[in-house]
Amino acid sequence: MDMLMQITSALFLLIGSFLCISGGLGILRFPDFYTRLHAVGVTDTLATAMILIGLMLQNPDGLVIVKLLIILLMTLFINPAASHALAQAAMQNELMPVLDKKDTNGKVTSSNP
Amino acid sequence: MITGLFNDWVVIVLMMIGFYIVIAHGNLIKKIVGLTIFQTSVFIFYISMANVKGGSAPILAEGIKLYSNPLPHVLILTAIVVGIATTALALALAVRIKEAYGSIEEEEIQKKDNLDC
Amino acid sequence: MKDLFAVIMLSGIYGLLSASFFVAMDAVDVAFTEASVGAGISTLLMLVAITMTGRTEHPVNHKPLLALAVVIVTGGLLIYGTLDTPYFGSAQAPIHQHVAPRYINDSMQEVGVPNIVTSVLASYRGFDTFGEVVVIFTAGIGVLALLSMVYRPRVTDKDTGKDTVDIDTFNDSMHEKHLILRIVSKILLPFIMLYALYVQFHGDFGPGGGFQAGVIFAAAIILYTMLFGINTASRVINLSLIQILAATGVLIYGSVGLVSLLNGKNFLDYSALSTDPIAGQHLGILLIELGVGITVASVMVIIFFNFAERRESIHGVENNAENCSKENDEAQSAKIP
Repeated sequence: MDMLMQITSALFLLIGSFLCISGGLGILRFPDFYTRLHAVGVTDTLATAMILIGLMLQNPDGLVIVKLLIILLMTLFINPAASHALAQAAMQNELMPVLDKKDTNGKVTSSNP
Repeated sequence: MITGLFNDWVVIVLMMIGFYIVIAHGNLIKKIVGLTIFQTSVFIFYISMANVKGGSAPILAEGIKLYSNPLPHVLILTAIVVGIATTALALALAVRIKEAYGSIEEEEIQKKDNLDC
Repeated sequence: MKDLFAVIMLSGIYGLLSASFFVAMDAVDVAFTEASVGAGISTLLMLVAITMTGRTEHPVNHKPLLALAVVIVTGGLLIYGTLDTPYFGSAQAPIHQHVAPRYINDSMQEVGVPNIVTSVLASYRGFDTFGEVVVIFTAGIGVLALLSMVYRPRVTDKDTGKDTVDIDTFNDSMHEKHLILRIVSKILLPFIMLYALYVQFHGDFGPGGGFQAGVIFAAAIILYTMLFGINTASRVINLSLIQILAATGVLIYGSVGLVSLLNGKNFLDYSALSTDPIAGQHLGILLIELGVGITVASVMVIIFFNFAERRESIHGVENNAENCSKENDEAQSAKIP
């Protein structure tokens, strides 16, 4: 039982770190502000949740679990609100997303060469 | 020796970067940012000196024998908060200088001063 | 780098990185303070300052060769100076030999508080902390002296006696734009303040204490001000009360010392506060951390309010004072890869 806990906790931590790294990769590689925001917003929140659940499984008794649960709840509130604030600020100042354009034949061409 | 003194050299590099920003740029806000970098590098220096290999955080707990030195922690705690207070005051001064002189570039301020007297 | 907004954002990241470095160095109290102060409040204050002073830097004409030479010479001398310093992490370094073992060994018997940093900060070196609180208070007074505006009397409607409709329609017109943020922050604000109180009173047992708690409390108030406008915030929080509170914090700290004096012991000797010396220490630490927390929170709020009101009086109350220009800046910086 203890071994199972350790393995699942390690699994959660690994998934969380992988998500964090892929979020960072997304910031570097995506072409547009909104796509970058989407990459980091989604993956960071999920990665934080995974890491916190992994930490909760490490020590499954005591006050630590309640504290980690509260941190998880707060993060789930705050991260989407922050992404929304950034996206709304960009929209308000007319930073338009890079969209695909349709040429006259109806074929979809991307606006990025 | 390189691994032993590595932290000192990193701190010196950061300190020199902050120093260079303060003396080489004319914009007041950039100088304040350079000063902040300088301050933080000094904090890193103290805290890296306080670290004891194999020690833990200086909070008394069962079964832990070796603690990091708490005295530099106390000094740096004070220093961080005093640093932010002086940064706030410096920013307030920069805002007032902007209102009085119309610019926060060092050269333009000096030109205005020379013209006035 | 010509764009000051990007410079300030990078310095915020630098503060956060150094906070994580402090965690790796087992300095949890310091990491806490650096994260909240260096990465939070410092970035915020600089951003408010550049909304007033301009966002770009004028290019420098001359090549800074002399500055480079001075920097390299100084760096070389410093590196030469470090060749004699003890190696990183060695337990035989001189700084671990003289005073620190006494603090680590005797702190539990003499002060009775598990967090050694708090016991050194508040009890063994309490006088230094007193000076620091006075320095923070002085910085608050300095910002007040530099940036406070003459009180603008509110225009009241003669018939109904209420304030003019301008403020209310102004707030309502913002309401749809900032709806989500306002609702989320209204939910979160009590938890932030509760967390600040938790950090304040648990400074004895874990990382925390007066400074961090004061900064977090001020951050909660600043969040409210940023989202709801300076006018609404100054109706909620009376600025003259905050100024009195800042002074009260320092007064509490000094009074604890004076009470010890009056009871016949040294200044800030807590064993004079109660019959049992350990209980006296606990009481003394509690009271002075309270004083520190009150002063730090009030001074941070005073500094922010003064910056914000200065900005508003310069640029007028158009479309949401700092909020819009901050978002403007954020969006523009997003175009920088």
